[in-house]
Amino acid sequence: MTASAIEVRGLHKHYGHHEVLKGIDFHVGAGQVVCVIGPSGSGKSTLLRCVNRLEEPSAGEILIEGVDICDRRTDLDEVRSRIGMVFQQFNLFPHLSVLRNLTLAQRSVRRRSREEAVEVARRNLAKVGLSEKESAYPAHLSGGQQQRVAIARALSMNPDMMLFDEPTSALDPELVGDVLAVMKELAQEGMTMMVVTHEMGFAREVGDKLVFMDDGVVVEEGRPAEVLSNPRHERTQSFLSKVL
Amino acid sequence: MGVTRRQRALLVQGALYAVLAAAVVALALVADWPVIKENFWNSGGISWADGNWGDLITIGIVNTVKYTAIAFAGGLALGLVLALMRLSPVAPYRWLATAYIEFFRGLPALVVMIFMSTGLPIAFGWTPPGGTVGAGLIGLVMVAGAYMAETLRAGIQAVPKGQTEAARSLGMRPGATTVKVVLPQAFRIVIPPLTNEFVLLIKDTALLFLLGAAASERELTSVAKDFLTSGPSAGTATSLIQAALLYLAITLPLTQLVAWLERRQRKAVR
Ligand SMILES: Nc1ncnc2c1ncn2[C@@H]1O[C@H](COP(=O)(O)OP(=O)(O)O)[C@@H](O)[C@H]1O
Ligand SMILES: [Mg+2]
Repeated sequence: MTASAIEVRGLHKHYGHHEVLKGIDFHVGAGQVVCVIGPSGSGKSTLLRCVNRLEEPSAGEILIEGVDICDRRTDLDEVRSRIGMVFQQFNLFPHLSVLRNLTLAQRSVRRRSREEAVEVARRNLAKVGLSEKESAYPAHLSGGQQQRVAIARALSMNPDMMLFDEPTSALDPELVGDVLAVMKELAQEGMTMMVVTHEMGFAREVGDKLVFMDDGVVVEEGRPAEVLSNPRHERTQSFLSKVL
Repeated sequence: MGVTRRQRALLVQGALYAVLAAAVVALALVADWPVIKENFWNSGGISWADGNWGDLITIGIVNTVKYTAIAFAGGLALGLVLALMRLSPVAPYRWLATAYIEFFRGLPALVVMIFMSTGLPIAFGWTPPGGTVGAGLIGLVMVAGAYMAETLRAGIQAVPKGQTEAARSLGMRPGATTVKVVLPQAFRIVIPPLTNEFVLLIKDTALLFLLGAAASERELTSVAKDFLTSGPSAGTATSLIQAALLYLAITLPLTQLVAWLERRQRKAVR
C-alpha cells in the first residue's frame, strides 16, 4: 500500500439542484498513474477540478498528501503550487513568451531569482522538446506544442503530482502522439498523475489504475488491462463498446 | 409598358444627381463668396505672422492636450479602481461602485464640473486645487472614471476564465493573477474603446470654457471664443473655423487609429 497523494472521500458537488458528483471515493497513491474515463458529462472534469479546488466541493473530504484542503487553515495557494494542472484548452498566457509563461509563477509564487527560474524553465522546455521555441508566443505554436509548453509550465513549479484534463482532446490526431510521449516519460520518472482521457491505449500502457465514471459516481475501477478487456459492469461494457 | 426595374433605378439615380447639381449651382450663384470668405476665413485671422494661429496653438491646443491627458490619466486610474470594485467578491464594494457609476453616467459632465468649481466652494467653503480649471478637471475625471470603469470591466470579463484558472492552479494569489495575467490582456482588449474615450475627452475639455479661466490657462475653444470679439479677425467666425480644423487635426487621426486597431483585433481573434 503506497502513501496517498490524493485521497477523496464522500465527495459531493452540485450546481443548484443539479447533482454532478454523487459521493465519490477516490485514491491516488504516490507515484501512481490513475486514468479516469467515462462519458461526457459524467463529472470527470468536476472531480479533477475539485482536487485543487478550482471547484468548491459541496460535501466530502479531499486530502492532498494527508492535508485536508477544505480546511480553512490550509494555505490553498501553497497546496496548488505543488499540484500541476494541464487543461484541455492549454490556457497558456497569450501575452507572454513561452519562456515567460514558464517563469511567471516560479518568480511570483516560488520567489525564485530570474536566473534560477530561467534555468528551470529551459530544463523543462528541453524535456518536452521545445527548447528552440522559448521566445515564441503561444499563438505561433501548434496545439501540440502549446500543450507541451503547458506541461513544461506546470513542471517548472516542481509539483508533487500532476492533473490532466483531457490533454489531447483539442489536438489534431497527428499531434496527439508527441503529448502522450511526454506524459509517458513523466510517468516513467515516477510522477504521480491523475489523467482524464479518452486515450485507451495510453491508459492501458501507462496507467496503474483505471477508473470508470458515469453519472457522478465511480462505477468500476481496477487494473487498466483488466477493466478494458473484462469490464464487470454493464455500464462500463456499453461505454467501452462505443469507444473501442 | 416597358420600364424595367433597372431602367427605373437608373431614372431615380439620375434624378438624385440632378437635384444635387441644381443645389450646388444655385449655391454658387446665390452665395456672395467674398463676403463668406471674409466672415469665415478672414485674411487677418489666418495670417501666419500676426493672425490667430499663435494663441490657438501655443495656448489653446497645448492646454487642450494637457487637460485631456490629465483627465484621461485620472479617469483611467479611477475607472480601474471602480472596475475592480465592481468585480470584487465583497458585495459592498460592488454596490458602491455600481452606485457611483450609474450616478455619474446619468449626469451631464457639465453639471458635475460646475458643481466642483462653484457648488463645492459655496456649500463647504472648500476650493479644489488648481483653481477653476483644476476643479473642472476633477469633475471631468469623476465622470470619465465612471465611463472607463464600464469599459475596463467589459475588458476584464472578456479575458477567458481559463486564464485565471491556469494562474490560480499554479498557486498564484488573486492579486498577482489580476495584475500579471488578467489586466495585461484586458488592456489590450480595451485599447480601441479607450482611444474613443480619449477623443470624447478632447471634446469635453471644451466645457471648461464655460467655467472661465485665466488667459494662459484657456483651452482651444476658449481661445477661439475670445478671438470672436478681439484680435485681427474680430467680428468674424474665422477663429471658430480655425479651432475646428485644429480639433479635427487631432481627433481624425485618432478615430482612424481606433478603426485600424479594431480591424486588426477582429483579425487576431481566431
Ligand atoms: N459551472 C457549472 N455550472 C453548472 N453545471 C455545470 C458546471 N460545470 C459543469 N456542470 C455540469 O456538470 C456535469 C459534469 O460536467 P463535467 O465534470 O465537465 O463532465 P465531464 O468532464 O465528465 O464531461 C455536466 O452535466 C455539466 O453540465
Ligand atoms: Mg470534461
